[in-house]
Amino acid sequence: MAAAPETSAEYIKHHLTNLTFGQHPDGHWGFAHSMQEAAEMGFWAINVDSMLFSVGLGVLFLWGFRKAAKTATAGVPGGWQNFVEWVVEFIDQSVRGSFSGKNPLVGPLALTIFIWIFLMNLMDLIPVDWLPAVAGLAGVGHLKVVSSTDPNVTFGLSLSVFVLVLYYSIKMKGVGGFLGELAFQPFPKFLAPVNLVLEGVTLIAKPVSLSLRLFGNMYAGEMIFILIALMYGGGLALGAFGGLLQLGWAIFHILIITLQAFIFMTLTIVYLDMACQEHH
Amino acid sequence: MNFNATLIGQSLAFIVFVWFCMKFVWPPIMTALAHRKERIAEGLAAADRGKHEQELAQKKATQKLHEAKQQAAEIISRAEKRAAEIIEEAKGEAHEEADRIKVAAKAELDQEINRAKEALRGQVVEIATAGAGRILKRELDKTANDELIKDLVAQI
Repeated sequence: MAAAPETSAEYIKHHLTNLTFGQHPDGHWGFAHSMQEAAEMGFWAINVDSMLFSVGLGVLFLWGFRKAAKTATAGVPGGWQNFVEWVVEFIDQSVRGSFSGKNPLVGPLALTIFIWIFLMNLMDLIPVDWLPAVAGLAGVGHLKVVSSTDPNVTFGLSLSVFVLVLYYSIKMKGVGGFLGELAFQPFPKFLAPVNLVLEGVTLIAKPVSLSLRLFGNMYAGEMIFILIALMYGGGLALGAFGGLLQLGWAIFHILIITLQAFIFMTLTIVYLDMACQEHH
Repeated sequence: MNFNATLIGQSLAFIVFVWFCMKFVWPPIMTALAHRKERIAEGLAAADRGKHEQELAQKKATQKLHEAKQQAAEIISRAEKRAAEIIEEAKGEAHEEADRIKVAAKAELDQEINRAKEALRGQVVEIATAGAGRILKRELDKTANDELIKDLVAQI
């Protein structure tokens, strides 16, 4: 538990607050001390904890996989290399299954998305108080360990994917083809405005649903962990029950974090496939 | 849920990560996998070839064994035939030898008989002469004479 005596609401709020660095309304730069202060900083602030953990995990992923890639030969693979090859082959199979064209970007993109999101989600399994407590000892007020519970992170991913979707749509079909696709279906041409609205919503829904699905799942999961952690303050019996619940939820959560990473990856592949393919 | 520059930072990090992955992680691993696939295919093909060759060799070996057995049987039968021939030859020679020995023995026997006859004849002559001498000495005694002659004859 956090050292300072606080109410449950404060505890939960504390755990859901990012470590935000930005310009305070009064003009000086510094960390926000509450959600409200962070909101007042406007757009030009940065969630230091999200960036730190996501970039750190991304670098960890690339370092590990690069290590395996450098020593990869046709000979007998070692343990780590074997695992990496297994993952890469799995991703490659998924890409082959969903993406009909040939594109050197899609495989690495899917691999990065899958492993990176998986690692960020995996941080959820670390007991919610550990890292924030350590950070608290170091004088850092807030620390959100699970980057994928930060909508900035999930939207950063999904918007990047969305840009790719737009890029390939226009590249493969031309501006006219792409707009035609938006305007001339599913209804006949004279209903173009209706079509445009329908297809426009479908298009915009892609990145929004992609990021909100991941964010919602992880946020809810984190919230449940926080609520379970609250039980530790309620005496021995409740604490023991909480420990049991945490174990159960964590085991169940292993499935969710993998599934969410996989869904994000698969939908990215599917969206890109749709972008590259002609509609009929 | 407040959006801020983290969005941009995150996107930039994402782009850099994907670029790195596309440049330095994905291609070497895929190349290695493709090479391994090739090698495994080669290995399997080689194993198939080896199996085929082994089958052929076994067939050949069986054939050779069969031939060898046949040859051995032939050699044995020839040897047996030869042995029978040798035995036959030996038998013939033995017969001839026996005949020769028989003839020689017979000849010797005849010689011996002749020699004995000669000797006997000589003795008879001697006895006859001796008898005649005695007869001449005791001419009178005819009965004695007869007796003498009987005696003589008995001696012969």
